Amino acid sequence: MTALLRPEALKGAASELVEAGGRMQMAYAWYPEPDRLELRYVAGLPGETAFSQWRCRPEADVPSLAGIWPLLSWYEREITDLFGVQFAGHPQPRRLVLHEGAETEVPPFDPRYPPDQRLPARRKKQRVPDLAGAEADVQLLPFGPVRADVLESGEFLFFYVGEAILHFQPRLFFKHRGMERRFEGLGADQGVVLAERISGVGSVAHALAYCQAVETAAGSEVPVRARLLRVVLAEMERLYNHLHYFGYLCHTTTLKVGEAEGKLLEERAKQLNTRLTGSRFLRSLLIPGGLRRDLDPQGWLVSDLEALHEKFSAYARHMEATDSHLDRLMTTGKLDQRVAFDQGATGPVERGSGIDRDLRRDHPYAAYGALSPVVAVRGEGDAHARARVRMAEIEESIGLIRRAVERLSDGPVRADCDVKPDSEALGWSESPRGTLFYAVHFDSEAKLKRVKIKSPSFSNWRVFPFTVHDTNMMDYAINEASFGLTIAGCDR
Amino acid sequence: MPQWTLLGLLQGKQTAPWPLRQGDDGQRGFIGMPRYHPELCEEDCKACADACPTKAITMREGGKDRLDIDYGRCIVCQLCTEACPSGAMAASGDWAFGVRQRQDLVWREGGEAASAETVGQPGFRRSLHVRHVDAGSCNGCESELQALNNAFYNLHRLGIFFTASPRAADLLLVTGPVTYAMLEPLRATFEAMAEPRWVMAIGTCAVSGGIAEDGYASGHGLEGVLPVDVYLPGCPPNPAAIIEALLMFLNRTPQRVKGGRYGE
Repeated sequence: MTALLRPEALKGAASELVEAGGRMQMAYAWYPEPDRLELRYVAGLPGETAFSQWRCRPEADVPSLAGIWPLLSWYEREITDLFGVQFAGHPQPRRLVLHEGAETEVPPFDPRYPPDQRLPARRKKQRVPDLAGAEADVQLLPFGPVRADVLESGEFLFFYVGEAILHFQPRLFFKHRGMERRFEGLGADQGVVLAERISGVGSVAHALAYCQAVETAAGSEVPVRARLLRVVLAEMERLYNHLHYFGYLCHTTTLKVGEAEGKLLEERAKQLNTRLTGSRFLRSLLIPGGLRRDLDPQGWLVSDLEALHEKFSAYARHMEATDSHLDRLMTTGKLDQRVAFDQGATGPVERGSGIDRDLRRDHPYAAYGALSPVVAVRGEGDAHARARVRMAEIEESIGLIRRAVERLSDGPVRADCDVKPDSEALGWSESPRGTLFYAVHFDSEAKLKRVKIKSPSFSNWRVFPFTVHDTNMMDYAINEASFGLTIAGCDR
Repeated sequence: MPQWTLLGLLQGKQTAPWPLRQGDDGQRGFIGMPRYHPELCEEDCKACADACPTKAITMREGGKDRLDIDYGRCIVCQLCTEACPSGAMAASGDWAFGVRQRQDLVWREGGEAASAETVGQPGFRRSLHVRHVDAGSCNGCESELQALNNAFYNLHRLGIFFTASPRAADLLLVTGPVTYAMLEPLRATFEAMAEPRWVMAIGTCAVSGGIAEDGYASGHGLEGVLPVDVYLPGCPPNPAAIIEALLMFLNRTPQRVKGGRYGE
């Protein structure tokens, strides 16, 4: 369902969406013709499994909708950086995806941008609030982009007095690789290799959202066996990600055996991935139309997962009975339900703040409609709630894999998927970290013309600072771990 | 009352005996880089080169003898093995691809002896300290680097440690294609290391740019950015491959791949 709106009608439509109890999902821009730019807004309405889209040509001044839907703030800044569209009345009209110093004559997504031109690498300081003033009570601690240990690159600015953090400002997008433009000109099948490499630990979720977008554009019907196996793969991915999460969370609360146990269980899960698919990241299987080859999980996978499940249950019981661990999690990094909704939190983060939303149940895909996933929700909004949601999700993932494997019957795993020229579609999946969207547009030769990726970490990085302002340094690492963020998916 | 100590003890020893002794390296079922069997290759076929998304396989004019495979560009996507009609480009379990010279990753007809025998770095008799920099990876390589310190691989027992400060590091591990924004922080980290210092490119992105090469924000890996002492392609290389490459750097295990050929 797509509606064409004039720029002056956008604000009214955005307010109506609020009143209808709907939810804005994302916004992006693309060029239907080399000289014609179009904005897209993707929204969900309660009770509807399909998403609706607004189209808008930025002929006149486009108003910023960040005052009505605060989560749109980052999407608008991204569009300004990459396409050059200005949004009137934006509350933070600053660079986001491209760093200060990376100015070019035309923005990188402009059709006139020379394909081989690399952004200048000169570094400029980002704009920061004027807090560390002459009084000198407020200190500024810059941390990153190269951080301790093996971590992804990102820069974090702390304004603090003693132990107390007054203001926290992350600077991301050091890892921006311009991946969305890399899709342009590829065939539908080739695109999946890229999708698997946007966020390594979300390979399946990305490939799945991409494939489902292409399949919708092509009107392709994926065989039942492939749908069930896709659920198995997606839940195996959730499993190793969530196990990693607990190992890292225990690391931040200095629970040494807990850290070792979580990381060991993650390793065992990755070794199961290898045995099932040949890849520790479950790659090289998904393809538009189904799977590249059949898998054989029957007779061993469920029993091996049961053994892992038993170990996880003991591990979870230990964590939940350790006061020193719980003391650090409870009331730490509290995210209010209203802030979570307004700023666009997603996945276990929003479900830990009492928002009952999961694409697997609300907008079913693959075989989830038949498998009735149970969605875990907690109301406290603190680090402990986010951890408890993930604990319940591990249990449910194992249950979903068991139910999917039980239903497997022989049959093909790949159907034809012929993309029609000039078609477009939206695909989505609930990744281990939350909602993931792919919008794909094809050109007149059925090659990819534009791919927009909305990763869950793009949403949650936007939210995260709201739980850091006005807290203290000792809680920071625990809070960050409790969000379970990745940077690669956000930066793209 | 939680019994963490008991929970740990009841697990028994979880660390793999490999690589110090024969035993499980944790990679059962792993599908690695494709292996080329020229005797099966058909004339006038270039299905593998057409299927390769990173131009790791290229065909010069004049038939099958003109096939070049650059494993430094391979992202292990298996599209060539699926496209090959004759089984010449076959899926394999080859993963130990750490090499000292870039040309050892290139398969060419008659190129078996591509590299002169290189004696490696001055042997470290004691511990090795490494520092990692993410120069724009997809987080797959980080996931595997983080796995090195889990109980199964337990990198510490081999005398290899991650260090927080580049000043304390002997070896820099770089992942990612080197984005425009990470170019300067990467160079600054390298400059902060005391000499002698070494660099290892981890993953195909760091070796050549991989799938993320070119475009407005991405680079070609470490080529022309830093001097590289060990190249380890893979997408991502598994933890065992990283351990083998580190041990090879330390002259504690031989280099497996020469002239693009995988030695047993």
